[in-house]
Amino acid sequence: MENRTETTELLEVKHADPLDTRIEGWKVAGVIAVLAFASLLPFVMSSYRLFQFSLAFAYAIALFGLNLLTGYNGQISLGHGAFYAIGAYTTAIMMEHWGISYIWTIPVAGFICLVVGFLFGIPALRLTGLYLALATFTLAIAAPQLLKYFEEWTGGVQGIVLSEPQAPFGLPLNKDQWLYYFTLSILVVLFIVGWNLLRGRVGRAIVAIRDHHIAAESMGINLPLYKSLTFGVSAMYTGVAGALGAIVVQYVAPDSFNIFLSISFLTGVVIGGLSSISGAIFGAFFIQFVPTYAQDISDAAPWAIYGIFLIIFMYAMPMGIAGFLQGLWNRLRRRRLVDS
Amino acid sequence: MTALLEVEKLEASYGWTKVLHGISFLVEKGGVTTVLGANGAGKTTSLRAICGMVKTGGEMRFKGQRINGKATEDIVRLGISHVPEGRGTFVNLTVEENLRLGAYARKGKRNLGEDLERIYEYFSVLGGRRKQTAGTLSGGEQQMLAIARGLMLRPELLLLDEPSLGLGPIIMREIFHIVHTINKEEDVSVLLVEQNASMALDIAGKAYLLETGRVVMSGSAADFQKDDSIRRSYLGY
Amino acid sequence: METLIQQIIGGLANGGIYASLALALVMIYQATDVVNFAQGEMAMFSTYLAWSFLNAGLPYWLTFFLTVGLSFAGGILIQRVIIRPVETAPILNIVIVCIGLLVIFNSIAGWIYTYLIKPFPSPFPEQPLKIGNIFLGFHNLGAIGVTLALLILLYLFFRHTPLGLTLRAAAQNPESSRLVGIRVSRMLMLGWGLAALIGAVAGMMVAPIVFLDPNMMSGILIYAFASATLGGFTSPGGAVLGGFIVGIIENLVGTYVAFIGTQLKFTVALVLIIGVLLVKPSGLFGKAAIQRV
Repeated sequence: MENRTETTELLEVKHADPLDTRIEGWKVAGVIAVLAFASLLPFVMSSYRLFQFSLAFAYAIALFGLNLLTGYNGQISLGHGAFYAIGAYTTAIMMEHWGISYIWTIPVAGFICLVVGFLFGIPALRLTGLYLALATFTLAIAAPQLLKYFEEWTGGVQGIVLSEPQAPFGLPLNKDQWLYYFTLSILVVLFIVGWNLLRGRVGRAIVAIRDHHIAAESMGINLPLYKSLTFGVSAMYTGVAGALGAIVVQYVAPDSFNIFLSISFLTGVVIGGLSSISGAIFGAFFIQFVPTYAQDISDAAPWAIYGIFLIIFMYAMPMGIAGFLQGLWNRLRRRRLVDS
Repeated sequence: MTALLEVEKLEASYGWTKVLHGISFLVEKGGVTTVLGANGAGKTTSLRAICGMVKTGGEMRFKGQRINGKATEDIVRLGISHVPEGRGTFVNLTVEENLRLGAYARKGKRNLGEDLERIYEYFSVLGGRRKQTAGTLSGGEQQMLAIARGLMLRPELLLLDEPSLGLGPIIMREIFHIVHTINKEEDVSVLLVEQNASMALDIAGKAYLLETGRVVMSGSAADFQKDDSIRRSYLGY
Repeated sequence: METLIQQIIGGLANGGIYASLALALVMIYQATDVVNFAQGEMAMFSTYLAWSFLNAGLPYWLTFFLTVGLSFAGGILIQRVIIRPVETAPILNIVIVCIGLLVIFNSIAGWIYTYLIKPFPSPFPEQPLKIGNIFLGFHNLGAIGVTLALLILLYLFFRHTPLGLTLRAAAQNPESSRLVGIRVSRMLMLGWGLAALIGAVAGMMVAPIVFLDPNMMSGILIYAFASATLGGFTSPGGAVLGGFIVGIIENLVGTYVAFIGTQLKFTVALVLIIGVLLVKPSGLFGKAAIQRV
């Protein structure tokens, strides 16, 4: 760790308060503009592109969940792929074994993951840092094994093929367009709910636990309850994401939910930006599109390119994409203040 | 004759918070200089600034050579030894390993064994605990170990940061006595930063008083001890 | 009885490899609070380097030491060039960089050497050693010997040389180390170099058993995690002991517990990790982290 006497910049990048409770008008306008733009895309993008975007939206929900746990609450998880898998298989089993419409599977997937996450959180909360990472790591490794083991439910190694969802009420949309709007809507709803949660007392408690957990406890915050709940809610979001992912891809198999998925999620959260809502979206698009982009650059060693991207991003944007943009914005604002 | 250490209009900050607002002081060769002040006055920051551990403005010169911006490891090699607040002992290493590490940066590693023995003479308590893990020593013994480690460098200037912190009066007296003796016999100049003004003034020659990052008084230790306001605020009588 | 001894020897052989890799992980963790996820892939890459030298006709032991030396240098280089820029960043950032290294090494190895499994020679004789009714694989014994020798050399280095002392100090307390003039950055480079060296030895010892392929080390890495967890991430000695224990348990459970077999042997490592974490997270020999208020 080098001596930083002379290298700290005069204009330090100020980390935006993620719990800033003021709703700035222009921010709302910006979000609405982005959403409006996003709603028009299905009419210009190819089916395949729409499919990729829908999956990215699902990932964004998963990353929001992981961010809640790791960014805001400081608990590291290397196992969220397992919750994604649980959500995905819940949907697959309900749809294919019991013929339930895909829409109803989503809240069920969420609920199951909420419970499983909460229960996992109870013993896990005794562990910190490295040890929690190890425990969640084993969860992620065990998941595919267990999925292969319970063959009659999960279809074993072959997995389950899901039937194609159709646009409801006879809307003039094809499957990909409909799924795009479907996942986007759920994303918006879940993000608004999450944002509200973080703005209030709960959010402050969660962050307090991350930053000064001993002080938080002495202020009367029920640490075990909050930590387990955060785990549960985090798992719930990721479970819903898994359900959506299964619906979009129309196929689940144990090997798609291996440790690398969990690692991708962690990567997405860090690259997108910890403790930031937009970070989940940036991260999701990164993990969805950069591997494909890397393949375009080098067919022979695409993951090497991906790895290089990871390293470059960490050098250039240590606070993630969201943090980087926030820093730019702060700098612009400061200059305006100075000028005026 | 230039002083051993000259600090001129030193400013220091932790991030956005400015802690030192342009302080100036001198450490003459051969003596014990003490910087007094209450908690938060900036005493520890001054020592950390000298060692290159905080962002600084102003001038710092050691033996006439400017040391601003140098890395800690290089400043140590110039002959300045810093015994940090909280001792900074290598708690998982033995007493003797701690001492050997103290000699890491010194020029001329011969006579290491002799130096060790001399240190053990000064700090007899340590002599009996050479192979003991440093973390198992008492607070006072760890403080002695920290000072001893600092001395293994054979420094010209020893920076002592609040050695009395957390120690009982008897062990404190013993430590201050050892510091005083070493200053006289080993020709090590000492810059002593302390909250415990009376102990510090007993062994110091020159004194400075720091209040919220500014030097508000300077003079001989004797003058300090006679001064009424100092007596009331810092000496308790 | 004969099977038992054979399995124990086999377990010790694997254990030596787990112990080595676990030690590498713990060394870097102690110095930087970061678990180097790329440790396994670096070891794999070193082993492929050795394979290239052997393919070019170099004799085994020359290759061995050449690879070890190059890996040492490589480790130093990686720390200096790739890790140092993010040294002061949050830990998760450094973890992501390590993950980046992981995929880079894996991908490049696959690209240069393809994913076809290659045999890797052992310097030890083929025919097993026969003691009474027991057949002991020579390579197993050799692997135990080599890894033990390495571990002993490292122990002597850390405990009885000035440089080893300096390295320990820098890992345990970087700030105090600076105050005695230690150049902590250089010590970190040295630490990474040593970790890479250890990995290279582990890779070359395990390749004859599991055959060389880019994904060779991922399973072993998990066992290394289990070993370090068992022994304690804060205790190098513990990690080493943990490695040997895990190796033996893995083999014995695989042989004697009916439904595990070779398929679910992995699960043994996982169960061990979870078990230890539930009971004593800091491991057998690790120290529990003291929470400072």
